[in-house]
This record gives sequence, structure tokens and C-alpha cells, in this order.
Amino acid sequence: MEKHHINALKEIVGEENVLTSAEDLYCYSYDATPGHAHMPDAVVSPANTMETSQILKLANDNRIPVYTRGSGTNLSAGCVPTKGGIVLLMTRLNKILEVDLENLVAVAEPGVIVADLNKEIATLGLIYPPDPGTVATATLGGTVAENAGGLRGLKYGVSKHYIMGLEVVLANGDIMNTGGKNVKDVSGYDMTKLFTGSEGTLCVITKIITKLVPAPEAKKAMMAIFKDLDNAGKAVSAIIAAKIIPATLEIMDNATIRTVEDYAKVGLPLDAQAVLLIEVDGNPIVVEKEAEKVMEALKANHADFVQIAKDDAERDKLWAARRAALPALAKLRPTTYVEDATVPRNKVPDFLRAVSSIAKANNVTIGTFGHAGDGNMHPTIVCDIRQPEEMKRVYKAMDEMFSAAIELGGTLSGEHGIGLGKLPWMEQQHGPVTMNAMKSIKRALDPNLILNPGKLVGEC
Amino acid sequence: MTDKITAKDINEQDKTLLADLQDALANCMKCGNCMEVCPVYKEVGKEAAVARGKLSLMEGVLKGAIPLSAAFDTAMSKCVSCKACTAKCPCGVPADELILRGRQAAVKARGLHPIKKKVFALLKSRQLFDFSLRMAGIFGPLNFKKLPGKMASLARFPMPGMDYKRVTAPFASTPLRNQYPEVIKVDKPKMRVGFFTGCTINYMYTDVGQSVLNVLKENDIEVTMPSLQHCCGTPVYMSGDVDSAKILAKHNIEVFDEYNFDYIVSACGSCTEAFRIEFPHLFHDEPRMKEMTERLAKKTYEISEFLIDVVKIDKSKLGPVNTTVTLHDPCHMARGIKVTKQPREVLKSIPGLKFVEMKQPDRCCGSGGSFSLGNYELSRKINDKKIADIASTNADLVATSCGTCRMHLMDGLHQNKLDKNALHVIQLLDQSYKAGHKK
Ligand SMILES: Cc1cc2nc3c(=O)[nH]c(=O)nc-3n(C[C@H](O)[C@H](O)[C@H](O)COP(=O)(O)OP(=O)(O)OC[C@H]3O[C@@H](n4cnc5c(N)ncnc54)[C@H](O)[C@@H]3O)c2cc1C
Ligand code: SF4
Ligand code: SF4
Ligand code: SF4
Repeated sequence: MEKHHINALKEIVGEENVLTSAEDLYCYSYDATPGHAHMPDAVVSPANTMETSQILKLANDNRIPVYTRGSGTNLSAGCVPTKGGIVLLMTRLNKILEVDLENLVAVAEPGVIVADLNKEIATLGLIYPPDPGTVATATLGGTVAENAGGLRGLKYGVSKHYIMGLEVVLANGDIMNTGGKNVKDVSGYDMTKLFTGSEGTLCVITKIITKLVPAPEAKKAMMAIFKDLDNAGKAVSAIIAAKIIPATLEIMDNATIRTVEDYAKVGLPLDAQAVLLIEVDGNPIVVEKEAEKVMEALKANHADFVQIAKDDAERDKLWAARRAALPALAKLRPTTYVEDATVPRNKVPDFLRAVSSIAKANNVTIGTFGHAGDGNMHPTIVCDIRQPEEMKRVYKAMDEMFSAAIELGGTLSGEHGIGLGKLPWMEQQHGPVTMNAMKSIKRALDPNLILNPGKLVGEC
Repeated sequence: MTDKITAKDINEQDKTLLADLQDALANCMKCGNCMEVCPVYKEVGKEAAVARGKLSLMEGVLKGAIPLSAAFDTAMSKCVSCKACTAKCPCGVPADELILRGRQAAVKARGLHPIKKKVFALLKSRQLFDFSLRMAGIFGPLNFKKLPGKMASLARFPMPGMDYKRVTAPFASTPLRNQYPEVIKVDKPKMRVGFFTGCTINYMYTDVGQSVLNVLKENDIEVTMPSLQHCCGTPVYMSGDVDSAKILAKHNIEVFDEYNFDYIVSACGSCTEAFRIEFPHLFHDEPRMKEMTERLAKKTYEISEFLIDVVKIDKSKLGPVNTTVTLHDPCHMARGIKVTKQPREVLKSIPGLKFVEMKQPDRCCGSGGSFSLGNYELSRKINDKKIADIASTNADLVATSCGTCRMHLMDGLHQNKLDKNALHVIQLLDQSYKAGHKK
């Protein structure tokens, strides 16, 4: 980028909203993904849609890459400026514009922190369900762009199930609106869904219309411990077969159990092969009934220990083990990869077994926890990225792990997205025809390939 | 002053200063969880302001990717050391401490912020320090304009490092330790404690010191205020001047060890933390000092903690204090020494006192020790949020357990035109004992 480009950017957003010092640039060279850092040439933070549009026009005319960024918490190198250029920081667009109670929708800017939206609507008895582990820090824009999910994904789905409309700025600076407040809307291609999960490669999201849902009146949490992995798998299937969709249905494998126990001393038996944490929510009467049925399913499938939380304090205690999973693993070694491979839910035990034998064969530490109910697993690899020999083994293990997921009929990502991190396996999952179609869409909407180039669909 | 100092240059002076940090820094997984809680990031909104960014900058310097520049110093100085990031971090990265190490590196490379340099030069000589703060007290009426009613005054002449508008406590005309004999005897003493007054209480908030002495006397405890004690060194340490901090720490340790007290008390979270955590840390590789420090650390208590956990005060002697109070938890109480229950128990035992909890009572007030000297505007913005939380409780006054917080809260209440007082928890307890005598 040249000096006059920087000056032009300063003209658009004001001097103080363009960062160019080496220190500031260094601070925007990474996100939460290990091993992909690269410095941008400038960090630009617009105040509104018009400024965003002007920035994109400038970038497009001058072929300057643009990497849109929310809070930078993604796990796929999504906002790493791998080719330099502009990091477009959206955090100043942080207003909740409207909470429309008659239509149960909210309209918000992309820089709003997801938890802040939930705080705002909690008093109205509403929730916006997508709740990634980072709800307290991630932006609405970042979660929509990543199609983020979370713990209650099984019952409530991921971001795309709640996005009704968007205002976006296209690569050339044009401003476009998709969808709206209509609950039913089948007019034309579903551009809203296309942009949701586009990971900053097709547009910059500047306004978001979300669906809101009534907050569940009651919740009930249960935990079961299994010495036999297959029994845990069967219990999951039995719960679903009993037509119960819990809000949360989480699993931890033996490696995770041992690590959690060592770190948090929550009382898990070290020889357990799986722990399931289940939470049902909704109408209090239904919740009671469903909880009973879940307990039956757990017992019928030979759970070695089951517990149901009687009150909030007990619920907290049951959750403690699940909450400790990532911190406990992350503390083992300096580098932490939280992967996101997903398999059909009846294949969860097969996948867990595959991961654990891959870990053993390659001599790397992998603990797997995740959303058993929807098959979304988070094999978490801990290592030290500064050790080249170890990293060779780690990359090989990752490779085998993703291949295993794909072979089981799974997908590379259930919620974290592709970015650069999972790009190497995209062709293997989708095949050449699909990849070509995706690349055509990218080329059509961003002919100069300035938006997050090289990510998600690769080089075009 | 040059911008071209690199990690290599510092490492030539001190081979281990930044280099041994590498492992600790590598443990940060860049998850960004610290963004939720960092009060500085909330105001500044830039990555360089949050722990994740600051740790990355240190990594960058170590890798040689960026120079140890003035901008690096500025980034490191933008931290109130509130420990919120450390408490939140899923990876157990002690970010606040690492940031202090980053400051040390910067200090090594090019010296302190000029204002702080003046203040700290003063701190190092106990006599000079005492002399100038006492002079400030004697000439206080000249230096400060008294505000009606409150324990606050406005700096009339620019003080080094003080913002013109800023409200501070006046320096006491007679420091606390000069108002009393060194040993304050009681009939039939239950125990002998040493009172580490800390500078704020000795030179400014003598009213807090008096309350501490009264309350201990009420409980038949003999108190000694060793005359040779000096500032704990926390502000100096926080700014990255470790060598000076060690001089101060060693002095205090040797002074207090001489007396062989049953307990050491202080009325400030940071002072307690200094004795309990920082001093042992500073001398971990000097066996004689280490042993002495650990001995003292074990018997050091913050005053509310001491009264509730050790003394187990007789609550029947307390009289009514009819007021509504909310409590601010100083960072170094809440996350440093993890004392939050006891001050609440003290307040709740006072008859007539209505206690109301504010939103996030443990969120930093923005003072951050000497942080506010160099970053007054920023510290005000952080403080304004605190003041708004206090205001929304409708309490008559806010209690806290740290002089620096009290001063900053006082300033904030004044700047926000709120007619409320800020007091130390122990002052309310003192009032309650007094009311008890009138019963
Ligand atoms: C510890 C941890 C736990 C996590 N748990 C979960 C989880 O449970 N579920 C889950 O789904 N994710 C999870 N994540 C991943 C991450 O938090 C989510 O991907 C989140 O949605 C990212 O939000 P962000 O604001 O940080 O976006 P960023 O990281 O800043 O950006 C993410 C992507 O969105 C693009 N983008 C950002 N803003 C815009 C915009 N306005 N317009 C267009 N594109 C934009 C960026 O270019 C990038 O590609 C976790 C991450 C961590 C570190
Ligand atoms: S310091 Fe801790 S909380 Fe902050 S980014 Fe690093 S690992 Fe996450
Ligand atoms: S100690 Fe407080 S101010 Fe400093 S980085 Fe951590 S959270 Fe931010
Ligand atoms: S912590 Fe504060 S009050 Fe206590 S001695 Fe140190 S500077 Fe003085």
C-alpha cells in the first residue's frame, strides 16, 4: 500500500481511526488460530456503512486486500491479513438499533458483542440463541460471518437459523440489502444465507436483522458417566429416538476427563470413557417429563453413574466439568488447536475412537469434547508450535483426523468455519464441482478478489 | 531516546529479562477472553490495549519483529494492573505480571516516565520522602483549596503529575505516625500487632489510620507503628523499576522482622498483597531474605480480614450507624489477596447500616496506583462507569478498603457532581464502636 492510499483512508474515517504504527499492525496480525500471523499495512475502523463503502471502493479500485475483523476470536485464521493490505475493524459499529417486540426481531450493527445483545433482551424474556464459547467477546458480525453455533446448537441451531436479513457492502463499495423482517420470504436466491457464513470473503456485513425467541422458562441439567464408550453413544441415540431434543448434549472423552480431573478435581473417575452432560429446557412441566425420560435412557444404556441437578447450585457443579474442558487442556502445553470436525451423531463413538488411536499413533496429545447431540466434536490438540519435529506429527494427526471425519460422512466444520485452517481438506470434502461453483460465486461478487483473498474457497 | 532499541540490545544488558518470558507468553492462546474484562480495552477499543495485544507485543519484541519503541512503552503503560485478565484467562496466563515485566524491559531500555521519575526519586530516600510529604502537609492549605464538606480538596497549584482539576486528599498537617507514640498500649493486651500504615494512610488519610487504631484498641490489641517503616514500593514496582522496589521492600522486611509481632496488619489491599505476595516473589532467589519474607507473609492481614478471621470481633459492642452503604472491592483485595467476604461482613454487622450491592463491585475504579498519574483522562473514563454504578444504588456513601481507590472515587464523585462520600470500611466500624459506647 502506498502513502496516498493511507492518506485517502484517513480522509474517509479520520486520522485517529487509521492505525499504521508497527506496534498496532503487529496487534492485528493474528486471531485465535495458532500459526498464521501476518502483518497488515493499515488497520482502518469505520464508523458507519457509508465509510465502509468508501473504504471498499478505494480498496477495490486499487486492488488492496481487505480483511474484515470483529473481535478476532475465530479459530480458522479468518481475519489474518495473509497478503497485507487493510484490516477493516468493525467494532465501532456497535449499536443495537432496534428491538421490535411485535415481530420479535432485533436490528443491530455488526460490532455489537453477542452477550450484550442478550443482556439487552433478557429483561424482555427473549434470547438470541447462538452462544459460542466466546459470546462475551465475539461480535455479532463475526458470529454471523462464521455462522457460529454454540452449546445449545442441537435444539436451537446455528447463526444462520436466526438471521432474517442483512445490510452488506459488496467488494466494489455497493450497498445491498437482503431479506428483512418477513418470517416467510422466498423471493429470489437466499442471499442472506449465502452471506451468513461467508467468512468475510463475499461482503462486509454492516447491519443484521436477527430473529429472537422466547427464553426457556425452566432448565434441568443431568450428568452421566460411562465406562464404555459405545454405551454412551447408544444413550445419545436413545435420547433422540425418544423424541427429546435437549438444548445441550455434551460429551467428553477419556483424555479430556483425565485432564479435567487433574486440573479441576470435580470428581470424575479416571477410567471413564465418556461423560455426558445433558440439559433440557422449556416449559417447566415438559422439562420435568423430558428430564425423567433422559434419565431413563441413560440408565437403560448402562450409565455407570447418573446425577440430576436439583437446583442452580447443583446445575453449576455439573457444568463445572464441561466448562473446565478447554482451560484444562489449554494449560497442558503452550499451543492449543481447537478443531471442529463434525460427524453424523450416530458416528460419535467411532469418531472418538478414531481420534484417540490417531493421537496414540502419532504421539500427540488430543482431548476431545463437544456437542454429542449434533455430532459437532472439538478434538483439541495441545502442543508447542516452536518444536518443528513435534509439529510434523501434529499436522499428520490433523490430516488423519479430518480424513476420518469425512470418511464417516462428516464435515470439516460444524460452527467454526473454514478460513485458512481447514482449507487443505475442502476439496476432499466437497469435490471439484462444488469447489468450482463456490469459486464462481466468489469471482462474481468480488471480481478483483480483494475480500479475504485465499480463504474459505482458496485462491481463485 | 531512540526508537531503535531491539530485544538484542536489552538482552545485552539483561540476558534474562524478556527471554525467560517466552514460555509464559507462548501459553496465551489468543482466545481474546480478556477483552471481556479489561477496563482499559473497554475505553480504548484497540487491540494494543488489551492483555492479548500487550502480550503479543512482548512476543514481537522478543522475536525481533518489532522494536522496543516508545509506542511499546505506551502500550505497556496502558494497564491499571487490575488482574481482571488474569482471573479470566482460561490458560492461566498471569498477564498482569507479564505486562509489568514488559514495563521493566522498557524501563531498562530507556528510563521512566519523567513525572514518575521525579516522584520515585523521592520515594527512595525515606527521610527526603517524609520531609517533602510533611512539608506538603504543613503548606497544605496553600497548595489545596478545600472543598465544602468533604475530605477532598482541589490542587490549586500544579503538582508534579497531578491533573489541574483533580481532586485529591489534602496532605495531613501531621502524619499519622507523628500523632501517636510508636507503641500504643492497652490494658491486658490480647496480642501485639504491627501496623503497616502505608503512605496514603500516613500522609493523607490519617483518619483511616486513626480508625484502625481505635478499632484495634476496642479489641484489646496492642499496636506498634514501627517508625522506620517506609512505602511498600508497589507504585515503583508497578512502573517497572524493580531495583528501587527491592530496596524499599528489603527495608520494610528488615524493620518489621525486628519486632517479632504476632500479626502484621495493614488497611490497604495493595500493602497486604505486597507483604504477602510481592515481597516473597521479589526475593525468591535470596535464601535469607526469602525465609524472613515468608515468615512475615504468613502473619500479614488486611484489617477487615484480620478482624473477622483472626480476632473474631464481638459484634454486640457495636452501635447503630444509620446510613446506606455500597462497597467497592479494590482490585488488589478482590483478585490480589482474594478478600471480599470480610469487608462485607464488617459492614453487615453494623446495626442500622443498610448495605446495597452495586453492579460489578469488583470492577476496577480506574486508579491503578500510579496509572492515573500518567493516564488521568483514561482513568477518569474508567472511573465514570464506576461512579454511575455507585449512583444507581442510591447509597449515601461508598465504602472501600484502599486509600488510592478512595481518593479516585472521591475525585469521581466530585467530577460527576454527586454529593456522596467515600470512606474506608474501617471508618464505619469505628463510628459503630463509638455509637456503641453512647448506648
Ligand atoms: C475459546 C474459544 C471458544 C470458541 N467457541 C466457539 C463455539 O462454541 N462455537 C463457535 O461457533 N465458535 C466458537 N469459537 C470461534 C469464534 O469465537 C467464533 O468464530 C466467533 O464467531 C468469531 O467472532 P469474532 O467477532 O471474534 O469474529 P472475528 O474472529 O473477528 O472474524 C471471524 C470471521 O468473520 C469475518 N467477519 C467479521 N466481522 C465481519 C463483518 N462485519 N462482515 C463480514 N465478515 C466479517 C472475518 O473476516 C473472519 O473471517 C470459539 C473461539 C475460541 C477462541
Ligand atoms: S491472556 Fe489469556 S484470556 Fe487473554 S488472550 Fe491470552 S489466553 Fe486468552
Ligand atoms: S491487568 Fe487489568 S488493565 Fe491490565 S491488561 Fe489486565 S485487565 Fe487490562
Ligand atoms: S500500596 Fe499504596 S498505600 Fe500501600 S504503601 Fe504502597 S503506595 Fe503506600
